[in-house]
Amino acid sequence: METIKLTIDNRQVEVPKGTTILQAAHQAGINIPSLCYMNLPHLAQEHKPGSCRVCVVEIPGRKNLVPACATECADGMTVLSHSLRAINARRTVVELLLSDHPKDCLICPSSGNCELQKLSITMGIREINSVENAAMSTYRKDASPALNRNMDKCVMCRSCETVCNEIQTVGALSAVNRGFMSVVAPAFEQELTDSPCTFCGQCVAVCPTGALTAVDNTFHVIRALADPNKFVVVQTAPAVRAALGEEFGYPPGTSVTGKMTAALRSLGFDKVFDTDFAADLTIMEEGTELLDRITRYLDGDKSVRLPILTSCCPAWVNFFETNYPDMLDVPSTARSPQQMFGAIAKTYMAEKLGVKREDMVVVSVMPCLAKKYECQRDEFKVDGNPDVDYAITTRELAHLIKIGNIDFKTLKEEDFDRPMGESTGAGLIFGVTGGVIEAATRTAYELFTGKKLEKVDFHELRGMEGIRTASVNFDGTYIHIGIAHTLGNARKLLDGIRKGMYNFHAIEIMACPGGCIGGGGQPLHRGNSIVLKARMDSIYKEDFNKPIRKSHENPEIIKLYEDFLGKPLSEKSHKLLHTHYFSHPKK
Amino acid sequence: MQLLVCGGTGCRASASATIVEKLNESLKAHQLTEEAQVVTTGCFGFCEKGPIVKVIPDNTFYTQVKPEDAEEIVAEHILKGRKVSRLLYENPENQEHIADSRHMGFYQKQMRIALRNCGVIDPENIDEYIGRDGYSALAQVVTDLTPEQAIAMVKQSGLRGRGGAGFPTGLKWEITSKFSSDQKYVVCNADEGDPGAFMDRSILEGDPNSIIEAMAICGYCIGATKGLVYIRAEYPLAIKRLEIAIAQAREYGLLGDNIFGSKFSFDMELRYGAGAFVCGEETALIASMEGKRGEPRVKPPFPAESGYMQKPTNVNNVETFANVPVIFLKGPEWYSSIGTEKSKGTKVFALAGKINNVGLIEVPMGITLREIIYEIGGGIKNGKKFKAVQTGGPSGGCLTEAHLDTPIDFDSLVAAGSMMGSGGMIVMDEDDCMVSIAKFYLEFIVEESCGKCTPCRIGNKRMLEILEKITQGKGNMEDLDHLRNLAYVIKDTSLCGLGQSSPNPVLSTLENFYDEYVAHVKDKRCFAKKCKALARYTIDPDVCTGCTICARNCPVEAITGEKREPHFIHQEICIHCGVCYQKCKFNAINVE
Repeated sequence: METIKLTIDNRQVEVPKGTTILQAAHQAGINIPSLCYMNLPHLAQEHKPGSCRVCVVEIPGRKNLVPACATECADGMTVLSHSLRAINARRTVVELLLSDHPKDCLICPSSGNCELQKLSITMGIREINSVENAAMSTYRKDASPALNRNMDKCVMCRSCETVCNEIQTVGALSAVNRGFMSVVAPAFEQELTDSPCTFCGQCVAVCPTGALTAVDNTFHVIRALADPNKFVVVQTAPAVRAALGEEFGYPPGTSVTGKMTAALRSLGFDKVFDTDFAADLTIMEEGTELLDRITRYLDGDKSVRLPILTSCCPAWVNFFETNYPDMLDVPSTARSPQQMFGAIAKTYMAEKLGVKREDMVVVSVMPCLAKKYECQRDEFKVDGNPDVDYAITTRELAHLIKIGNIDFKTLKEEDFDRPMGESTGAGLIFGVTGGVIEAATRTAYELFTGKKLEKVDFHELRGMEGIRTASVNFDGTYIHIGIAHTLGNARKLLDGIRKGMYNFHAIEIMACPGGCIGGGGQPLHRGNSIVLKARMDSIYKEDFNKPIRKSHENPEIIKLYEDFLGKPLSEKSHKLLHTHYFSHPKK
Repeated sequence: MQLLVCGGTGCRASASATIVEKLNESLKAHQLTEEAQVVTTGCFGFCEKGPIVKVIPDNTFYTQVKPEDAEEIVAEHILKGRKVSRLLYENPENQEHIADSRHMGFYQKQMRIALRNCGVIDPENIDEYIGRDGYSALAQVVTDLTPEQAIAMVKQSGLRGRGGAGFPTGLKWEITSKFSSDQKYVVCNADEGDPGAFMDRSILEGDPNSIIEAMAICGYCIGATKGLVYIRAEYPLAIKRLEIAIAQAREYGLLGDNIFGSKFSFDMELRYGAGAFVCGEETALIASMEGKRGEPRVKPPFPAESGYMQKPTNVNNVETFANVPVIFLKGPEWYSSIGTEKSKGTKVFALAGKINNVGLIEVPMGITLREIIYEIGGGIKNGKKFKAVQTGGPSGGCLTEAHLDTPIDFDSLVAAGSMMGSGGMIVMDEDDCMVSIAKFYLEFIVEESCGKCTPCRIGNKRMLEILEKITQGKGNMEDLDHLRNLAYVIKDTSLCGLGQSSPNPVLSTLENFYDEYVAHVKDKRCFAKKCKALARYTIDPDVCTGCTICARNCPVEAITGEKREPHFIHQEICIHCGVCYQKCKFNAINVE
């Protein structure tokens, strides 16, 4: 590979041709601050609009300073990242950003996680040189069931725009207006709820400031817990335990299942259950549906719609309802694990516990923002009472634990309550891309072939590639599987199916990069693929160590069918565990 | 005989189309339609005195013609050979009438290359263009020259881009020609946005075929078969004439396949802009043409490598293209003999402001500002004193008396703290407040910033706020330091040319008129009396008759006095609204 030698701040650096100054400097241990730059290597997306001008450096001889993020190194180049000229320019630029930014950092939802705040701290900015009462660009606030927009805090880095348009291909956000009043907003400055937004929350995950934030339900939960008349049940999604530790100083990929359970119990939840249980239930329903469709298809039934698409991901459901209204009969009708859990908790469980439906509060802890929207959908309510009352994110749970004065690190590990805390490795891997379809395959194989599955790990279904395909041998019958994560990849697959390019039997789609582990409600990882990989490994490791790894072997699931549901796709199952989809180009 | 009537946008706004009608009616009535024809042409440039009617072959130049003058021009001049002296241009120095335009000071120092056909031919008739050697440069290029040879000639001519930055045109073509691609594009930047500048519009309105010919030549040189003109939608007449010219050129086979029997094919289309100033920046222009938000992007890659639809694209300004055919007709040696060492040829300027001869002029590079302002421009209006000249549009700088004798070209203007820009030239006199002027230009920039990069989006707004504070008499010396620092940082860190040059009006006025800033800040005085908040109104007791009209009209009751006795303004109450000054019938109120 052709390499280039240059000098950055008096240090000799040798880098491959094509390296930017920012990367080269980083390699040499020089951290040039940046704001709008975002690199998502696992998604092959480098966002470098060169617009914030925070990373400007001096190259002696050049007329102007250059942005380090968007300037390639040249042989023999001399770069000064901390010359007086560069420092003054950078400071002035950051001061300008701060001059048009609300100063409510202490109570900002992004306080402590804000890149602008970090810049200000790092650069030791103590005053902002602008005239008294300098104008601020202010905008209408926009609230949705899942995320809030406070564009007064937008720094026009446009990362959300790139994520929404390039990665997710949702097209809800783009720059509008000109000059001082330019801002990122839905077209015609619509509200998010009227836009094609799927509430995937990836914009929130990459927003460097408090402009895009998640809806906060922590105090609803605290109030419910304090209400003596309420029986509060909590469920935790598989991806939460793989990331929650990060909020308490654990390295990424540390599984904190036991401590999380202990913390929830300590917070006062009456029952600490697991969404993994509902994931196993999902496999029973969805897997049976898959087998039913495949069997009918193989028997020559031409009315069967294949491939079957997974339906666990609410952002994905929103996406196909908005973008593919002609394909509403293709996805599985199975509800997501969150909603299956709620439906079972407020019927079977409530009855068992002797709690009235209206006295039970179901809280879900999710890595996801769209789950906040999902649990509010009308079809998941009975007489106005939702199956799941509040969905909170991993980040909100961390806050709850902190508000509850719990020293997380010293907690003794505890186990989930039964029966709805019993789960298998199959339920657990729902948290990563490829996991749902692997879990379904484990069960479908045994149900289809009637044989015991010896090799439980389907490595061909795993990985971080955006679109993956595999054919699984069901004892001579090959089942063709497609997997996509991010909605942009989902669109590619769907468009291919529409054109008849693929002949998949089943497709799994998750809206977020890496699946739920990279959800918009997770500890902010700013697209760091190392963090995502660590969370993924942690989930597969935990699955590997689980005594039971196939959903249909979960004893509590077996019992649930015996005692209550009958069999998969039964009438009761249909009523409680299945749903239908709506064509709503506008939500 | 021919009667040339200006059909540019300016003269049309003063009923030149009706003049054409009336002239035709009169010619018909006098049965002179055989002897004389009326031709609607492009702009003559002397907009100050428009509408213009010029009689050929004797070059009689009638100014400020009204439709009702048509009959007299025909009856006297055409029929009887007697010039209508009341419509002739009057020499401001000796009040003598000048009949022949060639003897007018306005034209004497001009040299018209880009504007060669403006005011001469009917732009809606391709035959007239062809009659003046039109398309023979294209014929020569596509039949006799290789692209390399043609590019070499453009390089040799020394032609530099007229859009503002002055990048060597031949070099730009050469770079684009070196990138291979299945499709390349020639783009004409007709997104003229400087306030007061209208040279590109005038060329397109007056000589659209020259642009088509030049774009085809460029296409041949760089290997492009497709031309696009990005033109602002508020130039309807230019669009119409360009469309007519394109249709006629296609009809004549000058656009289309196998031009002049060669293997070269070329065709072109128009793309309309919505009038955003930043879309004159080539990457923003390309984004806008692609249907995206009109905002610039980081370069490299330059459009020569990845431009419109990610294909190699050569973008040149209208005036640049207008020079191209002449280089081939008269030879690069001839062209490079005009101008200065590093800036060859001529430059079109739009003269405006406090100058007698407002209009469009074309002068050789190297001419001095003094020659332009005093000889071509006819000096300052109303005998006032010259104060500054602002060149380069909103992002240019203000030059002073000290710069008047500098030969102007791309480099000398930059060295003096301004720039060539697209050729706006606004003259200011002693009544202009330079702080207010800087503020005015900054208001434009703040309005036109696309908002992409921080320094331009927020920095210019902050500079404007400081200037507002200063003109309101609330500034302090620290503000001047902040202003200067902001200006330098914005210049140093902005993403595109708009932002990088946006502080020029501030920097050049800080440099050249620092005293005025200090007067505003320290003494709370505006020499030019433009800043209302700084004006101090007093009543001259010797002149005041005590009529009480000022006191009765003062909105804040700051004026007291007995009837028929001199009145008095209480400065602590006065809000500087100026109503008393306007109402006083005896000029008893003084403004400081």
